[in-house]
Amino acid sequence: MADRITDTRTTRQPASDALAGARAARDSAAKRTRVFLLAPAILTIGIVGLMPLSIALVYSFLEPGTYGGVTWAFSTDAYVQFLFDRDIFDDSLTFSTSYLSIFWRSAFLAIITTIGALLIGFPTAYFIATKPPAQRNLWLFLVTLPFWTNLLIRTYAMLLIIRDEGFINITLQMIGLTSGPIEMLYTDGAVFLGLIYSFLPFMVLPLYASLEKLDFRLVEAAHDLYAGRVQVLRRVILPMARPGMIAGCILVFIPCLGAYITPELLGGGKKLMIGNMIALQFGGSRNWPFGSAAALILMAMVLIVLLIVNRSRADAEVSHG
Amino acid sequence: MIEISTLTKVFGSGQEAMTALDNVSVTIAENEFFTLLGPSGCGKTTLLRMIAGFELPDTGEIRLDGQPVTHLPPHHRPINTVFQNYALFPHMNVAQNVGFGLEMLGRDRKEIDATVARTLELVRLDHLAGRRIDQLSGGQQQRVALARALAPAPKVLLLDEPLSALDFKLRKEMQSELKRLQLETGITFVFVTHDQEEALTMSDRIAVMSAGKILQIGRPMDIYDRPAARFVADFIGDINFIEGTVTDGGTVATGSGDLAVTAPLPASGTTVTLAIRPEHVMPGAEGPNSLAGTLAERVYFGSGTVLEVDLGATRISCRTGDAPFAEGAPLSVTLPPERLQVLQD
Repeated sequence: MADRITDTRTTRQPASDALAGARAARDSAAKRTRVFLLAPAILTIGIVGLMPLSIALVYSFLEPGTYGGVTWAFSTDAYVQFLFDRDIFDDSLTFSTSYLSIFWRSAFLAIITTIGALLIGFPTAYFIATKPPAQRNLWLFLVTLPFWTNLLIRTYAMLLIIRDEGFINITLQMIGLTSGPIEMLYTDGAVFLGLIYSFLPFMVLPLYASLEKLDFRLVEAAHDLYAGRVQVLRRVILPMARPGMIAGCILVFIPCLGAYITPELLGGGKKLMIGNMIALQFGGSRNWPFGSAAALILMAMVLIVLLIVNRSRADAEVSHG
Repeated sequence: MIEISTLTKVFGSGQEAMTALDNVSVTIAENEFFTLLGPSGCGKTTLLRMIAGFELPDTGEIRLDGQPVTHLPPHHRPINTVFQNYALFPHMNVAQNVGFGLEMLGRDRKEIDATVARTLELVRLDHLAGRRIDQLSGGQQQRVALARALAPAPKVLLLDEPLSALDFKLRKEMQSELKRLQLETGITFVFVTHDQEEALTMSDRIAVMSAGKILQIGRPMDIYDRPAARFVADFIGDINFIEGTVTDGGTVATGSGDLAVTAPLPASGTTVTLAIRPEHVMPGAEGPNSLAGTLAERVYFGSGTVLEVDLGATRISCRTGDAPFAEGAPLSVTLPPERLQVLQD
């Protein structure tokens, strides 16, 4: 007994050394724990975020394989093809806007859809936000209800409504307003309608989030200070809903830009959109490098738009300060 | 100037119906500092919101300078409000907030800038014109709200418990500030509060409200010295109530003895409540209306002492300067006949 006690005392003699050693051990243990805890996040970002992008980036600088895939030879052809036509016989390059026009058409449709969704979504979100709190959840549930069904099924349902023998045309003919079917399917209007239908909740939800926080006593105060309804909307409600409007527009614009199913089904694939064009490169056209390049160019465009939005938001904050 | 006649408002229906205003009539004069005083839920805020135009009465009418305004929307009434929570626009700076009303009235920029500068000077905030609202203290926000409501030079300024969020010292300061602003601008102020002291110190006239009714309208002194109802007497200041019955001899018989009263009495046999303020009760003095009792409790509060005297049937409190009396010792109190109020319920 006594021996053991003296023994431990002697081993503890150099106290400061032992302490420093223990501290170092603890620090490196903490470092290991930290790395271990961060691993899932790093792995997730790496596997689902960086890796696919890196593959797309590498593939875009390779040559297409004959039956799809790529052959491992460096080439910038994919990017050249985006802007120029290569003559089959003498390899000379002529500037071509065919792909640019696809991009432009898609961007235009995405902008129109975003504006449409904002015009419909704002009154909807305002309506929900001004309901008694108990009713709001029901309305929000109704807005999100379509999400419970697959996008493909919903787009088919829209197709059934607007086709020549569809619900709208049959009804119109039955009540005698039209003699023959109005052509709605396979038009730009049908794509527009389908896109708005698909992405409206993405506009309503962030708008609702910012309108719900709006202090309606401010609306009262503005009325009290001689502001009419339009002025209250313009000077108080819209400025306060700005963050929600920006978030909603981004959430609608980006998926619209790359939309694939809706233009394919409702547009009939008559006019190529970016999404369809990219899909085509990995399918029928068997040009993976060009598909990758187009996808990266699309991403760069989105990034530029986001940067502009961010800049204007920062400017707005400065001018308010 | 503001004539309010027979306003009634019921919120909800059936079992949950709540009468917020019950046949309320009052006339507020020009340049008056008029206070609506009452406990929360008495209808004072509803009445204020009706004058502002945020609430429509079920029946009754509001006239401003002889013109009916009952159904005019708020932005068509020359009336501005200082809201309880200030309701300042967070996305505008101080000057933009103050200029908002003028801008909506379509005044030109030069005039707006001049008026904003003058109004901010009036509330002593001219050095903060460019500040954001969230950079201001509570007291400063209060002044911005005041300036914003004053800038369009309304005929009537409504104030909905504007001082309740301020700490004691700031509140005292703002009370005299509000009074000064009212005198300087000559605008009619309608002030809502549940703080009786605030009402007494600032108002030209007070309307005491309870359960949707106006119980008494009068100058602070009238309300304090001659309350018309037990509720008014109880709500404003401290007061003693003594229950009694009118005798044939023109006195009031109470459980502690007969009391003479100078105020007119109802017919003999009627049950009445006598009311007297603690500062009017005289300790120890012998004479008419003197009642014998024992000193139950002595509470010292700095500028004086409150003596709780047990009279057997009731207990009476008496406010006095110095009090060389011991707790538990016999102590008589005298209730001067001219100070006894007669209340009938």
